[in-house]
Amino acid sequence: MSVILEVDGVTKRFGGLVAVNKVDFTVEEGSILGLIGPNGAGKSTLFNLIGGAYRPDEGRIRLDGKDITGWPPHRVAREGIGRTFQTTALFQELPVYLNLAIGYRMKTRSHILDVIFRTPRARREQKEITQRVMEVLAFTGLAEYFDRLAGSIPQEAQKRLAIGIALMGRPRLLLLDEPTGGVGPEETGRIIDLIRKVREAGITVCVIEHKMKMVMGLVDRLVVLNFGVKIAEGPPQEVCSDPAVIEAYLGECIA
Amino acid sequence: MKGKLNLNFLFALALLATAAVLPLFLQRTSGGKYNMIVLTYAMIWAVAASSLNLVLGYTGQACLAHGAFVGIGAYSIAIMVERVGINYWLALPLTCLLTAFVGFLIGLPSFRTRGPYFAIVTLCFNVIVYATFENWTWLSGGYAGQPITLPAALSGRLARYYFVLAFLVITLLVVRQIVKSIVGASFLSILSNEGLSEAVGISAFRYKLLSFTVSCFFAGLAGALFATASGRVDSSITSYLHSFYVLIYVLIGGVATLAGPVLGAVGLYFLLDRIKGLGEFRYVGFGVLLILIIVFFPRGLVGGLNQLRDWARERRSARSPGEEVAG
Repeated sequence: MSVILEVDGVTKRFGGLVAVNKVDFTVEEGSILGLIGPNGAGKSTLFNLIGGAYRPDEGRIRLDGKDITGWPPHRVAREGIGRTFQTTALFQELPVYLNLAIGYRMKTRSHILDVIFRTPRARREQKEITQRVMEVLAFTGLAEYFDRLAGSIPQEAQKRLAIGIALMGRPRLLLLDEPTGGVGPEETGRIIDLIRKVREAGITVCVIEHKMKMVMGLVDRLVVLNFGVKIAEGPPQEVCSDPAVIEAYLGECIA
Repeated sequence: MKGKLNLNFLFALALLATAAVLPLFLQRTSGGKYNMIVLTYAMIWAVAASSLNLVLGYTGQACLAHGAFVGIGAYSIAIMVERVGINYWLALPLTCLLTAFVGFLIGLPSFRTRGPYFAIVTLCFNVIVYATFENWTWLSGGYAGQPITLPAALSGRLARYYFVLAFLVITLLVVRQIVKSIVGASFLSILSNEGLSEAVGISAFRYKLLSFTVSCFFAGLAGALFATASGRVDSSITSYLHSFYVLIYVLIGGVATLAGPVLGAVGLYFLLDRIKGLGEFRYVGFGVLLILIIVFFPRGLVGGLNQLRDWARERRSARSPGEEVAG
């Protein structure tokens, strides 16, 4: 197995606050990495640094050995990193199928003249988009909602749609920021199943999660952040017995 | 879904047929002839409104300089034909390209920022353009304006009416092709959620610039048609007042709909002409109308109708058996 993502001494400061402090970790291709830590530990900031929304003050980020530090989000996405956001980001006013289609734009090359004159390329790509939308609708189990407005479908389906949008462009690495946040325990299972399916499809996953039980059964490795610093890393069972982690979590994860 | 599409198609066809047949009746009376001219101008503003809709309604960027771009288009074709001696039929596409290029240059720096800055930059641009044409009489022709000699084929009022109608139809077809495509979906994605668009590989900067440039292309077309219809251009066409009128046509007709800007422009232009006797006071009514529309139909008249349709559809689907109610 090879390393797909390398986070190397990354630091991000907001004024006097060091949100992420010299964090290192690597993600093995085909694995699921869990990123945990108390609120404000810097988990989402780290995702924003990898995804290009923020530029790190120090350190490098490499995808498959390629330095992508400081790239704008749209270039990072085209390089193969898909992501979801903590507050479920969707194109709320647009139908589900269009939400997905937009996720595939980066894989198409039709420009404005192609679509105005309906050139063979535009028509071919339109078919391609439809086909990919069907695939992802089936994969995420959202077929029943395909023409509903994204903002009007149930919360849990919205979470799956956000993952579906990120999957459209066939990413190599998927960053999921609290994919089960705000979803009831019963429905959490459906999202977990989807994340497993994503990994089975050969996509590497990094997931931020609060629910320890959920994380334990899902991830291959855990990285624990506290106050912007990495305090532990390793297989979930091992990390959970780490005294520093127990302290950060007030003993919550002693299983 | 299919039924809805067909209904829209039939509606568009009926409108087009009416617009095509109308002059045959209007031509018979002198009042009718006058109305035909009003209708010609109304359709020109419908082209401008449809072009603004692309950048405002579909991409969410409030351009307050469409008056300037229409003005640049109008002057550009008149000067090309009259002073440079370029053939009218060549000057027409050149005008559209030139206006698009000016838009591109304005968009280049102003889309580097987010938020309301684009609206402010474009409004400033419009004020500058207006002041320039007002003061540089060597360029604008001063009070007399810049005349334009039309090709023989366009010398008749009826011919010009159909000419404008044809270009309105072309504009709408092009806008339709764009907004139904993946490019149009990318525009909508920026309007809906810029951060997510970027996260799926769409450069908001590039698509805003593209949408704006195409929009200016058609604003230039509207300007060229205006020069053609009036036979003479003066600096008042570049006024920012036109920017606001076009904005109001789009908002009242309905943003992000194909029919909205056309119905808004034609309807309001006619209405304004009918109440001409009120002079400047009619714009007070304009303001009241705008407020009412924004309060009761935030998506304009056509948008309001669509909302009603969607609401009815959601209710129907909510009542259908087997529908999961979760959340």
